[in-house]
Amino acid sequence: MSNRMINLLVPAIAVFLGLLVGAIVMLASGYDPVAGYIALWQGIFGDTYAIGETIRQITPYILAGLAVAFAFRTGLFNIGVEGQLIVGWFASVYVGAAFDLPKVIHLPLAILAGAAAGALWAFLPGLLKAKMKIHEVIVTIMMNYIALHVVNALIKTWSGGGDKTDRILESASLRSEFLSSLTDYSRLHYGILVALLMVVVMWFILEKTTTGFELKAVGFNENASEYAGMKIGKNIILSMVISGAFAGLAGAMEGLGTFGNMYTRGGFTGIGFDGIAVALLGANTPLGVIFGAVLFGSLKYGALNMPNAAQIPEEVVQIVIALVIFFVACGYAIRLFLTKISKKKEAK
Amino acid sequence: MGFLDILYFMVPVSIAYAAPLIFTALGGVFSERSGVVNIALEGLMVMGAFIGILFNLFFFDTFGAWTPWIALLAAMIVSGVFAILHAVASISFRADQVVSGVAINMLGLAIALFLTKMIFDKGQTDFIKKAIPNFDVPLLSDIPVIGPLLFKGIYGSSILAIVAAIITWYVIYKTPFGLRLRAVGEHPMAADTMGVNVNKIRYIAVIISGALAGIGGAIYSQTMTRDFGHATINGQGFMALAAMIFGKWHPIGAMGAAIFFGFAQALAVVGPSIPLIKEIPTGYLHALPYVVTILALAGFIGKATGPKANGKPYIKGSR
Repeated sequence: MSNRMINLLVPAIAVFLGLLVGAIVMLASGYDPVAGYIALWQGIFGDTYAIGETIRQITPYILAGLAVAFAFRTGLFNIGVEGQLIVGWFASVYVGAAFDLPKVIHLPLAILAGAAAGALWAFLPGLLKAKMKIHEVIVTIMMNYIALHVVNALIKTWSGGGDKTDRILESASLRSEFLSSLTDYSRLHYGILVALLMVVVMWFILEKTTTGFELKAVGFNENASEYAGMKIGKNIILSMVISGAFAGLAGAMEGLGTFGNMYTRGGFTGIGFDGIAVALLGANTPLGVIFGAVLFGSLKYGALNMPNAAQIPEEVVQIVIALVIFFVACGYAIRLFLTKISKKKEAK
Repeated sequence: MGFLDILYFMVPVSIAYAAPLIFTALGGVFSERSGVVNIALEGLMVMGAFIGILFNLFFFDTFGAWTPWIALLAAMIVSGVFAILHAVASISFRADQVVSGVAINMLGLAIALFLTKMIFDKGQTDFIKKAIPNFDVPLLSDIPVIGPLLFKGIYGSSILAIVAAIITWYVIYKTPFGLRLRAVGEHPMAADTMGVNVNKIRYIAVIISGALAGIGGAIYSQTMTRDFGHATINGQGFMALAAMIFGKWHPIGAMGAAIFFGFAQALAVVGPSIPLIKEIPTGYLHALPYVVTILALAGFIGKATGPKANGKPYIKGSR
């Protein structure tokens, strides 16, 4: 079996195993896994409305996946996507509601505000990693909680004690009559185009620019890169900032497209953490991220149909997603298994 | 309110918040000293918190006043078993240990919430009838100043946590097992040459860390929230991890750091009734413990270096 084939098979097997164990969990808890997965399928592809909503859900997943993948490619683990997404969401909604400008300026400005906020939130962990060698994992995790609480406090201040912000103006909205009417009046918006554009941007930065080459080089081998004259600290910070900008955009999509405002949250959106799954499954490549986002975005939206259609708690899908990450992480074992099988075949 | 009154108010709350962190951070010490990065502490703690509440709710009629303590044991066992997943992935299957840890964190929360929905048909469990009790230590609590500060209204679990830190120190620095554990985390090949079974020691260490994190989670849920929901643990495991780093992978250091983080959390909780601090809106106060954590880590420039083989799977024969 060729190496390329194995590289494609490992994530496929991980997804299969995840779904299989998910079925076993359902069976063991006294639910009908077949009915569960049918309800899941219906929730994703059941009608045009569901398809529209699924694509809407995929949008932030692509961007969150890009954020994690970009950092991974440069040797950093950005678990802070969740927090960067939250501040990006808030910043974009703020610009969308507080200014009154023509759409050509307002919409890009609001989107950029989201990206900038996310980038800023990722800048600090990058700086601490570059200057003080503090591991980015801990700092980004703490930044998640800070983002959650600070944004909640800001929303409270803004709304005078309420729990949601003003709605954004029409001139900053990503809403699309056309896409919406195409999908039976779902909340599908133009954000998916922004997300796909960013996939191209990530590919371009990593594969076609000197900066991208340097970032990857630092990720592969810090010492060799430094010896070659690259600035390690600068590259670490830059990588975090770009990654954070993607994450901030994911938040902007939620703010400007799906919801049109923001409300105080008791916990995380989960999109940022699922972004880790998206990136891992997609092997941290731009194209792979699309596949990962389609899979996990669909699972996440389709799951909402499970309590109604099959009386199964939707959390089972979160178990499946976690298992898929686990099995992708155990790729070494799957690889070993695959090589053994193919060797046996060759021997015959 | 005078300064001493504030202290009387703050210190017991700090110690109460520190206990779960101490247990979990000790778990982190075991795991990382053996060379396995354990970011999964959060998920293991979630599992412990859930099992603690579940056991307490179901067995209160059987065990009565002893229920919370037996619930700690139950949480210890379940989280210890749950940690085997992380051990298998990161020791035998050579997975990226941070990624495997993230998976365990998501899995722990997902399983706990799935079961909560299944059993209680809502987003959180019922409230427990019997929490871990707090009491005044006889005689000692009558000492002026120190008495009310350290011995009034203290949770039994807090005393347990401090005892556990001392035992951990003894085990890691004074027993053959501890020597092997440290050797495996610093230089697994050298340990292997001397006949130490590297993977076995690491498995044991990860399972111990799961057990301790389970106790930590169950203490938190049975003293602080008294029910279980999606936001019960909310980063306690990560804070314990930070306490372990801040304490330089040393049990007593981790305990000190955990008490410091406990203080930061207490500040967020009792802040609204303390002059000066009450001017800060509560929303920002909630972010304070996390800010303090980053500041604490940033204050230790270059000093915090972990065990040498931390995070690297041991592959026989490789250099």
